[in-house]
Amino acid sequence: MNFEKLLAELKFLVARPSRDGIVAYDCPRANLLKAAQTLRDNFEFQSLSDIASIDMGEDAGNRRFGAVYHFFSHTKKCYVRLVVMCDSQEEPVLPSITPVYKSADWLEREAFDLMGIVFENHPSLRRILMWDNYPWHPLRKDFPLAGKESPLPETFAGNEGVTKVIPAPENGGPFHSPSCGAKFVSEREPRSLDGQCSAIDNI
Amino acid sequence: MEQKEFTYPEAAALAEGRVGEKMVLNLGPSHPATHGVLRLKLELDGDLITRCDPMVGYLHRGQEKIAENMTYNQFIPFTDRLDYLAPLSNNIAFAQCVEKLAGLEITDRCKAIRVICCELSRIASHLVGLAAYGMDAGSTTVFMYCFTQREKLCTLFEQLTGARMTSSYARIGGLARDIPEGWLGNVNSFANQFLPALDEIDNLITRNKIFMDRAVGIGVITPEQAMQWGLTGANLRASGVATDLRKDVPYLGYNNYEFDVAIGVHGDCYDRWLVRIEEMRQSIRIIRQAIEKMPEGNVNINNKMFTLPQKDKVLRNMEDLINNFVLITQGPDIPKGEAYFEADNPKGALGFYVMSKGGGVPYRVKVRSPSFLSLSALQEILPGHHMSDAVIILGSLDFVLGECDR
Repeated sequence: MNFEKLLAELKFLVARPSRDGIVAYDCPRANLLKAAQTLRDNFEFQSLSDIASIDMGEDAGNRRFGAVYHFFSHTKKCYVRLVVMCDSQEEPVLPSITPVYKSADWLEREAFDLMGIVFENHPSLRRILMWDNYPWHPLRKDFPLAGKESPLPETFAGNEGVTKVIPAPENGGPFHSPSCGAKFVSEREPRSLDGQCSAIDNI
Repeated sequence: MEQKEFTYPEAAALAEGRVGEKMVLNLGPSHPATHGVLRLKLELDGDLITRCDPMVGYLHRGQEKIAENMTYNQFIPFTDRLDYLAPLSNNIAFAQCVEKLAGLEITDRCKAIRVICCELSRIASHLVGLAAYGMDAGSTTVFMYCFTQREKLCTLFEQLTGARMTSSYARIGGLARDIPEGWLGNVNSFANQFLPALDEIDNLITRNKIFMDRAVGIGVITPEQAMQWGLTGANLRASGVATDLRKDVPYLGYNNYEFDVAIGVHGDCYDRWLVRIEEMRQSIRIIRQAIEKMPEGNVNINNKMFTLPQKDKVLRNMEDLINNFVLITQGPDIPKGEAYFEADNPKGALGFYVMSKGGGVPYRVKVRSPSFLSLSALQEILPGHHMSDAVIILGSLDFVLGECDR
């Protein structure tokens, strides 16, 4: 695979360090659709393997949310990775690449559902793993592992106001508690304590 | 790609040139043909499917969130619950991804054992897939024949890992333990009796008139469609795309084994059946070669920062005790960075994307689930088929909901 030719054609790509042998680039948000189109039409990347949404934490400011795209070429037998970051923390938006790759349909719906990234021009951006009126985006780093209180799915008709989804007890569970950041091993409790285990503390 | 909501006054039906009244049928979430908790919202015109909207997520357990809150080795048991019909290959795929990120080179013996595990679980998974597929087509006999063989495989898994289904066998940098004495002999005798049994299953149904009538020419997926929808594994190869990650992006030393990649021609339900049958024969070929050249040596890499010391040493030696304690409480220190790895699992390419910020707990784990993408393709495959074909198409795609919903 001739990646120099790819860089020559897509000048906006910036090389990104990679530890696993997959050639990786940072791609500006506005050029994602063009990059996907070029990869498919000119460089034989026929498949979009995966979209992994990422949350770099609140400290990352407006470059908090993003997505990691992996493309696979069935003829050249290699992967390429594009990392695209959103411009806003409050309203993360990325262009949808469903016109180029059909597999982006559900992968983008999943990223929207779990991370809250909105994909512009997606044909039907609905929740996919959580139920339709679920109010949160659970993979965000500020969402606690135990969950947050939320109403039940609509299918449980007649239960309005009677019962709801509540955070799960984690006391003594196998999860790493916030003292992960503590300097001394003795301060780190390998089992979590109720209400203290939040992914944000692991950063 | 058109995605309309389910509002269908008669005007819409007339506009599409069909005079019949349309109705919505819910298939599932609890239905024998959906092989799990899958719900299909089908729009029917008479017996003809005009639109399909698969609803998934009934088995969503938030595994990616859980992974961010535990050490790498602690997540291995959770990978059992992805594709629970082939847990061994899931364990190995996750360990391979983390090892890729950490830049670890595992021992040759470990590689050979992992290859045997992957191929045995491929056979186990395909057997269940074909059994359920046969049953969907109306043949309960095939189900019994397949499960008899799978039972023998479960016994082998139990001898190896102590559990029939939830194996949790791989570890970062090696395996939980070496293979028990005499186990390779048991695998070999399984392989010897399996090939005739597979021929029997093959003879029983592959040329069966009823089965052929239901499967040939049904649910055709063109190579372009298959690649566009991200299908992988046997589903992709049945469409005629000769992509096998074991050969094309070799891992675990698969490039040292001799085997053929089975591909289909028409991409219909029947080809998907044939490809799976042939893949099992090839798996036996790989297993025999792996047994023959099983290298001696350790299964774990010799690096105290990643693999646990031997238990007897932990009890006698201070340094080993400290290593053991640090690895259990803090996890192996994986360097900062990101890695993506896809393994050619029975259901397709199971991928893991792991992002690390250093330390023993991953920052982000994304599971690329082949069943998820196979099911997304139903939106395009099902419309135009009859209701009874839907069951066969679902069976031929061989998905598992535990992996789809994560």
